[in-house]
Amino acid sequence: MNPLIKFIFELQEISLLLWRSLRSLFSPPRYPAEWIRQMDLIGVGSLPIVLLTGFFTGGVLVLQTFPTLEYYGLQSESGRSVATSLIRELGPVLSALMVSGRIGSAIAAELGSMVVAQQIDAMRAFGTNPVRKLVVPRLIALISMLPLLTVSADIFGLIGGAIVASGIYNQEGSVFVNSARNGIEFEDIIGGIIKPLFFGLVIGSVACHKGLGTKGGTVGVGKSTTDSVVVSSIWVIIFDFFLSKALQYLLGIGRI
Amino acid sequence: MQETVSNAERQEIAEELAEFDKAVNAPNRVKPVIEFRDVYLAFDDKVVLDGISFNVRRGETKIILGRSGGGKSTIIRLILGLLKPDAGAILIDGEDITQFTEEEMMAVRRKIGMVFQEGALFDSLSVYENVAYRLRELNVEEEEIEREVRRMLRFVGLEDAIDKMPNELSGGMRRRVGIARALVGDPEIVLYDEPTAGLDPPTARTICELAIKLRDLQDVSSIFVTHEMNNVEYLSSEYATVNEKGEVIFEAEGEKLCLINTEVLMLRDGKIIFSGTDEQLRASTDPYIRNFVFGK
Repeated sequence: MNPLIKFIFELQEISLLLWRSLRSLFSPPRYPAEWIRQMDLIGVGSLPIVLLTGFFTGGVLVLQTFPTLEYYGLQSESGRSVATSLIRELGPVLSALMVSGRIGSAIAAELGSMVVAQQIDAMRAFGTNPVRKLVVPRLIALISMLPLLTVSADIFGLIGGAIVASGIYNQEGSVFVNSARNGIEFEDIIGGIIKPLFFGLVIGSVACHKGLGTKGGTVGVGKSTTDSVVVSSIWVIIFDFFLSKALQYLLGIGRI
Repeated sequence: MQETVSNAERQEIAEELAEFDKAVNAPNRVKPVIEFRDVYLAFDDKVVLDGISFNVRRGETKIILGRSGGGKSTIIRLILGLLKPDAGAILIDGEDITQFTEEEMMAVRRKIGMVFQEGALFDSLSVYENVAYRLRELNVEEEEIEREVRRMLRFVGLEDAIDKMPNELSGGMRRRVGIARALVGDPEIVLYDEPTAGLDPPTARTICELAIKLRDLQDVSSIFVTHEMNNVEYLSSEYATVNEKGEVIFEAEGEKLCLINTEVLMLRDGKIIFSGTDEQLRASTDPYIRNFVFGK
């Protein structure tokens, strides 16, 4: 099949999956216990890796930018540079990439194995709609948890930055905090929360689509898993560009 | 004197026969439970089912024989509405389900129990939760669920395994739990998709005995997809009955009896090439059928 046609076809499938998920929210059964379980697995389960990522990213940002800022005599602005880049870009994108690696792969592998072992068929045969029982809880968990994870990553990133600034470059702690506070606008924080909402949707829908579309036994499960991570990561990065542009336009983020 | 007695006897026999006839031809027995009318299905350019028509009456077991990949399991997926035919009609209890939506199919599926090839148990749920699955979906009370789950596990002889996880079970046990799960809610139709594939002969025999019990003692209609001839042998030559002690026993049909509630259907390249009793199957002169039945 022509790659372009294949792409449009997949896009259609994903849109249909999302549409069905959305529609199923308006009628029972909704399986709230499953929502909570997924939120725990996806949100709480991903917290350690996301916090570590945030912490060391914030640290390395200060480590690399401080000497340059110092050269221009702007070392007091290091907090600002870390805060804006973390909250606007790195926090949402890196958290999304980590979650896509950890959760996107897990979702695709789990749903894929269920397809291969005929468990999805069994579910349908026993009167359960797999979209309601499997897809919706995962989408809801990702969309609701990813913004929270991102905020936690941002906070840990700032802590990491502050530790490096004061520990390695001997900057006064209050200088870092003040410059970070002055650097962040309310819109930055809103923008930093809007992005992960979309990233959660992208990761969840790609992973569920790839998992449920698994064909060809255990090899197929492996392929779905890889595809899920690769495709969702790329989409996160592409989406990030357009979302940044849209937020710049709508909220005036990053325009001086 | 002699003649009048025999006349009365004759009268009695005639009455009994009439009653038997009435029972066999009662409206709910004559109307097929499952009916395929000229069903076609193709995946891309591969024709899987090429004009299939047959029906299953109440209390009847239809054994579908055929080589692997011959469209046997597809028939079962069509009945459950997991697939839709390209042409033709499928009727369940006289209702044409061909155009049913997923939501409408849910009601139909409630009448059907399905035993999957490898059991298809939910790995993340215990045996108890697997068997209880369907009742949970219907929001049945916990007490009722537990009673029903225990009853079904007792039926398949696995009450001890109630708290185990599926990965702790052997292949045969998984299959039996699969049967228990399919039987919850007493479905009137049970579909078996190669339930004995890959099992040792005694376990395969146990699975067939369960199917015979359901057929003869609970009036369940079923489709039994298989490619193993010993399944056909068991299902079409033995019947289950209850002895004076109240135990279920299995009897051979022998020379005098002929089981009329089990028929064999054989598929080849998406077409039905044989339909009839096992005796007729064995007597067939078709080289393909002889090759399949006798292995040479």
